[in-house]
Amino acid sequence: MACFLASILIITLLAFIIGEILVNAWPAMSKFGLGFISGIQWSPNRGVFGVLPVLIGTAASSFLALLLALPLGLAIAIFLSEDFFPIPVRQVIRFVVETLAAIPSVVYGLWGIFVVIPLVQQYGAVLASKFGFIPFLSGPAYGNSLLTASLVLALMVLPTITAISRSSLVAVPYSLREGSYALGATRWETILRVIIPTAAPGIVASAILGFGRAMGETMAVAMLIGNSQRLSWSLLSPSNTLSALLANQFAEADGIQVSALMYAAGVLVMLTLGVNIAGEAVLRRTKKATAGLG
Amino acid sequence: MTGRALDFLGTACRYGSTKGVVFLEVIKLNSQLSPFKPMTRNLLLAFLLAASVFQANAATALNASGATFPAPMYLRWASDFHKATPDITVNYQGVGSGAGIKQFTDGITDFGASDVAMSDAEIAKVNGNVLMLPATAGTIVLAYNIPGVQGGLKLSRTAYIGILLGTIKSWNDPAIVKENDGITLPNLPITVVARSDGSGTTAVFTTHLDAISPEFTSTVGSGKSVTWPVGVAGKGNDGVTALIKQTPGAIGYVEFGYAENNKLTMASLQNKAGNFIAPTIESGAATLASVKLPENLRAFITDPEGANDYPIATLTWLLVRKTYTDANKAAAVKAFVTYGLTTGQSIAPQLGYITLPANVVTQIQIALATVK
Repeated sequence: MACFLASILIITLLAFIIGEILVNAWPAMSKFGLGFISGIQWSPNRGVFGVLPVLIGTAASSFLALLLALPLGLAIAIFLSEDFFPIPVRQVIRFVVETLAAIPSVVYGLWGIFVVIPLVQQYGAVLASKFGFIPFLSGPAYGNSLLTASLVLALMVLPTITAISRSSLVAVPYSLREGSYALGATRWETILRVIIPTAAPGIVASAILGFGRAMGETMAVAMLIGNSQRLSWSLLSPSNTLSALLANQFAEADGIQVSALMYAAGVLVMLTLGVNIAGEAVLRRTKKATAGLG
Repeated sequence: MTGRALDFLGTACRYGSTKGVVFLEVIKLNSQLSPFKPMTRNLLLAFLLAASVFQANAATALNASGATFPAPMYLRWASDFHKATPDITVNYQGVGSGAGIKQFTDGITDFGASDVAMSDAEIAKVNGNVLMLPATAGTIVLAYNIPGVQGGLKLSRTAYIGILLGTIKSWNDPAIVKENDGITLPNLPITVVARSDGSGTTAVFTTHLDAISPEFTSTVGSGKSVTWPVGVAGKGNDGVTALIKQTPGAIGYVEFGYAENNKLTMASLQNKAGNFIAPTIESGAATLASVKLPENLRAFITDPEGANDYPIATLTWLLVRKTYTDANKAAAVKAFVTYGLTTGQSIAPQLGYITLPANVVTQIQIALATVK
C-alpha cells in the first residue's frame, strides 16, 4: 500500500512539474507556435525566440559524447567482466571508473577549463588549418566549443555506460559460455558472437541512459560550450544546449523571455521523454529476440 | 548521535547570542563538530547562522537585493554602516538587476538596486511608489588578452564596432593597426567574449554601441540579453574575466572595478570628441561631471560629449519606496542611503567606482528627504 502511494506521489509530482512548465510556457507557445522550434535566432532584446541552434547543439553534443564513450565504456565493461586479470585488479579499475560518477559536475567543468580547453585550443587550430575544408572542422578554432563540451560529457557518461554494460555482461549465463567453448569457439569468438549479443539489451540501455545524462547535463556544459546560439557546422565553434541556455538566462529573464525559456524547458522534457520511450522500445524488441536463451 | 546533536544546539544558541563574532566561532565550531557527518555538520552550521540572523532581527533589519555590479560597494557600506549604527542591519544580496526590481516590486525587499533604471511600465506596477536614487557610477571597459601586448592599445569607434560585429577578424587588421603606432599587433584571430546571462552590464554596453552605430542597431540592438554575431559567452563578470584570461586573442566587456581587481589589460576607447581615453577613476569622473540629472534622477549616459570623458559609463540606482508602512524602516532606509551618499562616496574609488559629484549628491538628498 505504502509503495503504491509512493508511486502515485511520484507520478503526480511529475505531472505537476510538466503542468507547471506548460502553464508558464503557454504565452510563448501561443505566440511563437512551432516557429519556436524551427527559428534560428534567439534575441531576447528583440522578442525573437528560436531554439533550433540550441536543439542541434543539445543533440550534437550528446551524440558525440555517446559516440566517444560507448566503445570505450563497452571495452572497459568487457575487460572487467571477463577474467583477463585477477579479481583484485579488476575491482580497483571498477572502483575508479565508478568513482567518476561521484565527481560533481562543476569539478568536471573546472577540469575542462584547465585541461581540455588548452588542448582543444592548441590542436583545434592545427586541425582547422589542415582539415578546415571539412565543414565539421572549419575554423576559427575556439577553446570553448562543441568538441570541448562533448569530450568532457563523454567522460561524464562513461561510468553509466560501463556499470550497466558490465552488469549485463556478467549476467550472461555461464552455460552459454561453456556451450560456445564446447563447440570449439575461441575466447574472442565467444565474447563477440555469444556474450555481447546476449547482453545487447543491457548495452543498449546503458547507451540510452548515457545519452539522457548527457542531454540533461548543465553545469559542466555551460562552463565549456561557449554559450552561443549561432548555427555552425564546425565542432570547433561555440554552441549551446537547452539546459545551459536555461541555466544562463533564467535568473535575469522577465516577461515573454521567462515564458520562452519555459517553452524550451518543455521541449527538453519532451526530448528526454522521447529518448526514453525509444530506448524502451528498442530494449523490448531486443529482449524478445534473445528471450529463452540460457 | 541525536543526543550529541541536541547538546550542540544548546551551544549554538549561546554562540548565536553573541552576534558579530559569529564567523570566527563558526570556524572554531567546525573543528568542534568534526565527529559529525558532513551532512549533519552543515545542517547544524546552517541552524547556527539562522539563529544569529534572528538575533540581529531584534533591531531594525533591512532586506535589499539587486544589481551585482555595485554589490561589493553596497556590502562594504552595509558592514561599515552597521559598525557605526549597531541597531540597523542591512542585508544586501547581489541577485542581478532584473531580479532586484522583481523582488522590490513584489515587496520582498525593503529597497532594491539596479544598473538599469526602472521603465515607466515597471514604475506603474508599484503604483509609482518608488524613488530611484543614483548611488554610485561605474564604467565598462573592453579588456583584452593579446600575447606580447602589455597595454596601451587604442581602439577607434570603427575598430571596436567592427570587432564586436565580426567584420574585423584579426588583431593586425589595418583599422586597429592605424591607431597603434609602436605596438606590434600579431596576426591572431580575435575572440569576442560576451555575457551569456542577462545583465545590466550588457544593457549599458549595448546602449552605447547602439547610440554610436546604426549598423550595430540593425544587427544586434540593445538590451540585457542580446545575440552577438561572433565569439563566445561566459556567465557573469567572473565568467567573462576567466574566458579573457584563458583565450589568447580575446577581447570582452567587463565592469571597470572587476577588470582592475583581476589585473586585466584594458583598451583606450575613442570618445565622441575623437580623443582616446583610458578607463580610469578620473576619466569616469569626468564623464559623470557632464551628466545633468533630470527631476526623476533617471539619466542615461549613452555617448558623453566632453573632451576627456570615457565613453561607456552608467549610474547605478537604489530603489526606495516613497512611503513605507513601517516608520522604523523608512528611517533606517534614509539613514543608510544618507550614509552611502556621504561617507560611502569616499570609499567608492578604492573599489573601482566613481564618486558622485557634490551637486548630484545634493539633488539626491533633496529627493531622499521626501521618503516617509
